[in-house]
Amino acid sequence: MDRNNIKACIVRVGGTNCDAETKRSFEELGVKAEVRHLSEIAKSNNLLEFDILVFPGGFSFGDYVRAGAILAKSFSAKLNRRLKAFVEEGKPILGICNGFQVLVEAGLLPAFNGISKYPEAALATNLPIGFRCRWVYLKHENSGKCVFTKKIPKGKVLRMPIAHAEGRFMFPKDSEGSCLERLVDNDQLVFRYCDEQGRGAGGKYPYNPNGSFYGIAGICNPEGTVFGLMPHPERAFYGWQLPDWTKGEKPSEFVDGRLIFESVVEHVAAKL
Amino acid sequence: MSQQIYIRKDAQFELFEVNILHADDKQLIQISEEMGLALNLKEMRTIKNYFVQKNRNPTDVELQTLGQTWSEHCFHKTFKGTILTPEGKRIDSLFRTYIAKATLELNKPWCLSVFEDNAGIVQFQDDIAVAAKVETHNHPSAIEPFGGAATGTGGVIRDVLGVWADPIACTDVLGFGPLDYDYNKLPSGIKHPKYVFRGVVAGIGCYGNNMGIPTVNGAIYFDESFTGNVVVYCGCIGTLPIDKYIKKAKPGHHLVLAGGRTGRDGIHGVTFASLELTEKSEEVSRPAVQIANPIEEEKLKRAIIKIRDQKLASSITDLGGGGLSSAVGEAAHKYRCGAKVALEKVPLKYPNIPPWEIYISESQERMLITVPKMNLQDTLEIFASEDVEATDIGTLTTEQALRLTYDGTVVADVDMDFLFNPPKITKKVEWKKVEYTEPTFSEPEDLTSILVDLLSSPNIASKESVIRTYDHEVKGNTVLKPLCGIHGGPSDAAVIKPLDNSYRGLVISCGINPQYGKIDAYWMAASNIDEAIRNNIAVGGQRIALLDNFVWGSPEKPDRLGSLMKACEACYNYAKGFETPFISGKDSLYNESPLGPVTPTLLITAIGIIPDVRKTVSMDLKASGDLVYLVGQTYPELGGSEYYRRLGYIGCSVPVVRLNEAKRTMDRISKAIEAGCVKACHDLSEGGLAVSAAEMAFSGDLGMDVSLTRFPQSVPITRNDFVLFSESNSRFLVEVPEKAKEDFEAAMKGSNYACIGRVTKEKCLLIRGLNGEPVIQADLDMLRDAWKKLFGG
Repeated sequence: MDRNNIKACIVRVGGTNCDAETKRSFEELGVKAEVRHLSEIAKSNNLLEFDILVFPGGFSFGDYVRAGAILAKSFSAKLNRRLKAFVEEGKPILGICNGFQVLVEAGLLPAFNGISKYPEAALATNLPIGFRCRWVYLKHENSGKCVFTKKIPKGKVLRMPIAHAEGRFMFPKDSEGSCLERLVDNDQLVFRYCDEQGRGAGGKYPYNPNGSFYGIAGICNPEGTVFGLMPHPERAFYGWQLPDWTKGEKPSEFVDGRLIFESVVEHVAAKL
Repeated sequence: MSQQIYIRKDAQFELFEVNILHADDKQLIQISEEMGLALNLKEMRTIKNYFVQKNRNPTDVELQTLGQTWSEHCFHKTFKGTILTPEGKRIDSLFRTYIAKATLELNKPWCLSVFEDNAGIVQFQDDIAVAAKVETHNHPSAIEPFGGAATGTGGVIRDVLGVWADPIACTDVLGFGPLDYDYNKLPSGIKHPKYVFRGVVAGIGCYGNNMGIPTVNGAIYFDESFTGNVVVYCGCIGTLPIDKYIKKAKPGHHLVLAGGRTGRDGIHGVTFASLELTEKSEEVSRPAVQIANPIEEEKLKRAIIKIRDQKLASSITDLGGGGLSSAVGEAAHKYRCGAKVALEKVPLKYPNIPPWEIYISESQERMLITVPKMNLQDTLEIFASEDVEATDIGTLTTEQALRLTYDGTVVADVDMDFLFNPPKITKKVEWKKVEYTEPTFSEPEDLTSILVDLLSSPNIASKESVIRTYDHEVKGNTVLKPLCGIHGGPSDAAVIKPLDNSYRGLVISCGINPQYGKIDAYWMAASNIDEAIRNNIAVGGQRIALLDNFVWGSPEKPDRLGSLMKACEACYNYAKGFETPFISGKDSLYNESPLGPVTPTLLITAIGIIPDVRKTVSMDLKASGDLVYLVGQTYPELGGSEYYRRLGYIGCSVPVVRLNEAKRTMDRISKAIEAGCVKACHDLSEGGLAVSAAEMAFSGDLGMDVSLTRFPQSVPITRNDFVLFSESNSRFLVEVPEKAKEDFEAAMKGSNYACIGRVTKEKCLLIRGLNGEPVIQADLDMLRDAWKKLFGG
């Protein structure tokens, strides 16, 4: 399928704020990306006309209860059947930062047994506590299931920035071990925080910037089509976005975050 | 028997007639105080005379409207008033005589709208303009640090929306008392600096982050006088298509109030800002602090930008200080109209708010736009589509009067002409002599340990722990971030790439140094202008515009007004001299507390252009073997320096700005950067040469071996400590690759510069003194740790 026939829908509500740069990232790859307000999507009832659904970063509805919880509930309430159909058709869904929180709150991730009615994991308050904006190192851990990282070799270390106050990924304490096992066995683990050499962050700040369990920064569903991550790939798209690009003669054209958009676009183009 | 002053009117709602016609001077003052009007006797008499002519008493709504409109905060009486000097000179308006005059005389074609709207507007490229505004929110932040700072940010963002611009970046410059301030010395009613610090920092983050506007530049300064007078500057920069800058309201156009609901928060904010803080401020003025809801403003912003793009409205203004009273008044006054407003239509947070409170409430997240009738429906629909409440509350009229009604009853009817012509004030100034003398002491032996102390002193130490709580990346357009290089060095300025289809960038920097203000307000102002410009130039900024923000003590006191006038004089001289026009500004006076007045503080914000962001220069060292140049002359100017402070002195040899020399230096640095021969550049400011060299080295993780045997000087300096720590203005440290040596020196021709050494791969800062012997020798990790340890990462 021609890339310019691919349609990405970027969902926004009051408080969403990374929609423009996320749209730009898809457009750079020749994809038609549209930013749509939730009420507009609900009204026009055309969710299934899109090929990719994206929940971008921000503070949806102010994040006044658990981050992402209200958007997750209102999206499910308004578009439950269509959302289910979207997932079942294997159409990719991406959640970045607040979007990752939404996917977890909506039961779309990790979705061990399909879409869950209740959140199976949480993105809890950072440890150390507080909002942090900084660049982190991520190790790609996925063996090929995730359609958003197909172009990234397993084991590759990537750089992206995080900017959040609630990003500490955790499973229920009593089933932490078994959940992790499942995550790994299903090839749902996608990114872990690490140091510049790719060694696990070992829970240490600032390499693990939020105290995430097992250094988990991004996961996908068992089918590899729904993917959420706390770091912002759209802020690591061009070379001039790197924090130390001035070290070189001139910035490189594109950097790591682009690979995520490139992977999913290629996947959709090949499939259609 | 004396007459009753407040007479309850017979109405279904709360409305009072104020018996001003029978009030004597004492009662006039009493009324002003009891109603929180903050008007003086002369102003109250003027009001009395007006109503004597009208042959009726004013309502509470009318008096409150006058109190708001005539407040220092809204009308800038001091800056617009007359000033008499001890020499018998008469200055009519500090603003027109100094600040605006430089802009007017420079007459730059790229200045599109200056000093007349909510924000200054300059051209960015072809059809795109940039709007900038910086505000202070000191008084509210002193009472309620979190809410005060958050609504300060929210307010300045609305200022930018108020010129139809889409906000793209925020700045914050903060001033606190020492964080280790002795609790026992704290007078009652004053909050501990640590508490204020935490609240303010969190408040700023809560607004910018949640609205998705990156906070890209700022500074934190500590001064004893900020203990009682916290200083909170909030800035915002936005972009707008020039053809969408629509300001052409006409009689008949509807007044549409949009955004948050109106409540009792923020009553008397502006009059409170025009008074000194006292022990009672918390109790009396708590309602003056507003409540922030950034998501409401995020939605409002989306709707406003849509309305702008469809050109549905004829003008826009924000609701800030003074609330509706200020916004409606200004909208009508600006377009030479009157206005009528039905106050019962204003959506309220809760019922039973009397009309005067509705009209002056400073509840947040509200904007006022004027809309021609034919576009009213479309406009309201856009607001509804973004879940924003919007209400048609009245119209502009041809009559030159402000007429407010509540449920059909007229509650205010004032002539516009009277409302916008408060009596002019005349104030006297007094020149205060410099209190300090130059210390005499011998050169300390261990200068390395002094450098380490300076790096870990509050004004120089890394503010990383604060900076990282602000999202400086959102929108994905931040090219040079507040922390740069592999170890997060202190960037001189931020660079933003606002347009997807262009590499043209915006450079944002600031200059502030209150310590110099203790010695001499004139040179403080000149130094801050120099600092803001050189920070901008250091990363590649050109064509610079300035914003001025004064934080001063009470203008009722002639010495405070004297130093204010001196600072204004410097603003004129140096803005004119550097050819950097002021485009916007704001003053916050009356910063006095039981601990005394605030140190005269002037923030200069500089907005420059970089033709290609890929040519941005950062301050971290890049490659061993490169040459290190010191550009600009060093003088024995240590008055107000961090070095003197470390030794317990203030001194009086405050750095001055030598205009011709400074201009030449800045111009040559710009040329060298443009020519591509500069790999790193850092301005010299607090802590002087030694601190700048250390910062460049530990940020890039490369050593430096430099020598003071050859440095640009016109008066001989014979002490190593003076050369290392002098804070002379207009100086830069520059890294130049060997292969660009000739090009660099050709570009620098005519300026004072010297190659003082090289970048080394040894992780060590080595500075050789005047006799060639090492005077500073320190491991980079140790220096970096010293810099980072005070506030942490």
